Amino acid sequence: MSDNKGTETERTETKGTEVQKDNDEKRVGVFVCECGVNIGGVVNTKAVADYIGTLPGVKVTSVNKFTCSDSGQADIQQKIKEHNLNRVVVAACSPKTHEPTFRACLEQMGLNQYFLEFVNIRDHCSWIHMWEKEKATEKAKDLVRMGVERSKLLEPLVQSEVPVIDKALVIGAGVAGMQSALDLADMGFQVYLVEKEPSIGGRMARFDKVFPTNDCSICILGPKMVEVARNKNIKIMSYSEVKAVDGYVGNFNVKIEHKPRYLDVAKCTGCAKCSEVCPVEVPYDFNEGFGTRKAIYVSFPQAVPLRAVLDKENCINCKACAKACASGAINYDMQPSYTDLNVGIIVVSVGFKTYDPEQRHDFGYGLYDNVITAMEFERLLNAAGPTGGHVVRPSDCKEPVRVGFVNCVGSRDKATNIYCSGVCCMVTIKNAQLLKEKRPETDHTIMYIDIRTPFRAYEESYNRSRNLGVKFLRGRPVEVKEDPVTKNIKVRVEDTLAGEIRNLEFDLMVLATGIVPHEGINQIQQLLKLSKAADGLLMEAHPKLKPVDTTIDGVYLAGVASGPKDIPYAVSQGSACAGRAAILLKNRKAVTEGITAVVNPDVCVGCQVCIPMCPFQAIKMDEKEGKANVVKALCKGCGTCVAACPTGALEQSHFKNNQLLAQVKNVFRFQEVAA
Amino acid sequence: MSESTVPQAKTNGWEPKIVAFCCNWCSYGGADSAGMGRFQQPASTRIIRVMCSGRIDPLHVFNAFLEGADAVLVTGCHIGDCHYVNGNDKTKIKYKYLESVVQQLGIEKERLQLNWISASEGEKFANFIRDVTEQIKKLGPSPLKPEGVV
Repeated sequence: MSDNKGTETERTETKGTEVQKDNDEKRVGVFVCECGVNIGGVVNTKAVADYIGTLPGVKVTSVNKFTCSDSGQADIQQKIKEHNLNRVVVAACSPKTHEPTFRACLEQMGLNQYFLEFVNIRDHCSWIHMWEKEKATEKAKDLVRMGVERSKLLEPLVQSEVPVIDKALVIGAGVAGMQSALDLADMGFQVYLVEKEPSIGGRMARFDKVFPTNDCSICILGPKMVEVARNKNIKIMSYSEVKAVDGYVGNFNVKIEHKPRYLDVAKCTGCAKCSEVCPVEVPYDFNEGFGTRKAIYVSFPQAVPLRAVLDKENCINCKACAKACASGAINYDMQPSYTDLNVGIIVVSVGFKTYDPEQRHDFGYGLYDNVITAMEFERLLNAAGPTGGHVVRPSDCKEPVRVGFVNCVGSRDKATNIYCSGVCCMVTIKNAQLLKEKRPETDHTIMYIDIRTPFRAYEESYNRSRNLGVKFLRGRPVEVKEDPVTKNIKVRVEDTLAGEIRNLEFDLMVLATGIVPHEGINQIQQLLKLSKAADGLLMEAHPKLKPVDTTIDGVYLAGVASGPKDIPYAVSQGSACAGRAAILLKNRKAVTEGITAVVNPDVCVGCQVCIPMCPFQAIKMDEKEGKANVVKALCKGCGTCVAACPTGALEQSHFKNNQLLAQVKNVFRFQEVAA
Repeated sequence: MSESTVPQAKTNGWEPKIVAFCCNWCSYGGADSAGMGRFQQPASTRIIRVMCSGRIDPLHVFNAFLEGADAVLVTGCHIGDCHYVNGNDKTKIKYKYLESVVQQLGIEKERLQLNWISASEGEKFANFIRDVTEQIKKLGPSPLKPEGVV
């Protein structure tokens, strides 16, 4: 039901308080919404409409029960036609939710959508002054008057469109990045998948089994890696890094450096004959430093691409590998090469590393041989690991019987990282289960702060551990010592549930180290101008509603690079990025907001104060003219540069100084005072 | 929910007029949340929306005072949470300058206030408005009141 009280006024702008730039007569229509009783129950909407109807330029006012309803919008459209309105003021709820609705309503009538002024008289008025009806009505009058005066100064804007190149770059080929690449490739888009390691696969390739189902990690990851390699639309760039990024949504120019493998990838067959003859042995990073690899090696048996890489730092230049290589692939003089890519969107899935307890010697790590990390334990459990799947302790290579696990090392600790790494409880539970299953005689004690098992089948896995006989002790070790003879680890720990101090002895102690940002994250962050969250990982555009977008259009985040997550979550994010990116890639165009900064070159003196103000590098100097120039596709329309401009050459469209000052001036009732 | 919301008899009749600049992403959203949570506030404040607190020009603040505002509030996202990366850092710098000029003009320091309010902090927004209004009520009308200003 709409009881429209179109209080028409014959007034024209006879005493305009502002000097108008254009002489076009402003014909304003004001639509006051009652929002059922949300507004109407407090604010006297009729009084507001009647008062506003007396303002210069206001041709028509109307009160609707629900302005956003079909009939409400029809009323706006009808009045636009009837009164030839060129400005519309809607006084209703929040522009954050309803501005797009009314903008579309204006567009339908051929009116520029930026001729809409939205006044919030619900959230900012009726709802917060529920028992002060008179004051609320007066305030609503003020707010609408401010809106009316601003609306007269609004200028038409266009949302510009930029073309989008239908190619994608995925940085980081862990499980999240691989998923993104596969999804995009399956949709038919060309994908460049850049990985800094010699093989794709990421951290997941190093895990033995994955919780909560304890299925073999490489058995589910390996086929996916092969799928990526076989996909016609994916170009893997392994052992490569992003060196420079320029451009903006739809058109990023990216420079990729291919690090030299010192062998011809086209000729290498991955037979590893070269490794067999290589005399140099160095600690094997893939096995967390356990065991050794050669100076020329294939990073792991399932590596994709299955190609060797020569580690020049440790090579002694004996040339044995060159003699052994049947295909003559070895090339000791190889130099880095570069590829310039032109892509429309970028997915960032650069992953993480685990906290290094060596730096602070947490719980004796680095001091005592038999204190190891969960990742190291993982490699010991692995059948392809340094011990063929036999868990032994480093001091004497004996199989441990009493194993202690410490949770939250480098997580939930003010001295290191305050956040919860999310996955370590389950990692510990899984690791204890796996060893218990292999060797039932072993005895496991998990020392924890809280056990967190939030997702499907996690709690069940925890229960399973308990049933297997794994002990859970709520408390953190306060003292860790090594027995000088047996090299056993002696721990003093408060059992906070029992309320007593316990002295325990373990043959091996495993630290569940938390998730921390990768070293490479800073470089990527700076290259792409992403923001970082308090935890040092990359930040999404909105924590709830835009979890894989970033504040940079066309750049998306997947996996642990944007916060600790488990594998299903990382994979979902990979797919989510592909889905979000596909919107742009399929449409072949991106819409950029009409609200941007604008330079008046006649006034700009080229002082460059504005340039460092912009976090998006949207302002460039026109060296020829000596003037600032706003790149519209990069400008996000915050207006920070505008406030900094000392000459007034910069203006923010839709939030111009005169528009904002019209609001400032109309907070106070001068028209009435004058009259 | 606050209890200070019972209908009151007019205290002294005078309600200060406060201009609040809010950024679209955080403090404006905070004001919206205050509404959604029905956190009652004195009807003293008129909000002006900008996209980022970094847009708030000293010009706007001084004009508000010249026009007769009893107080001016500069609000934005918490530091580190700026939708535009670091616009609020620049607001913070600008604010220091604003503060000193306003004090040199002889305007009491309570009449210009800065606050970071996230889109979820409705109650904080309401409490802020209540506190400022109380402070200004004690101070009385701005020394630059509009009589004579056109």
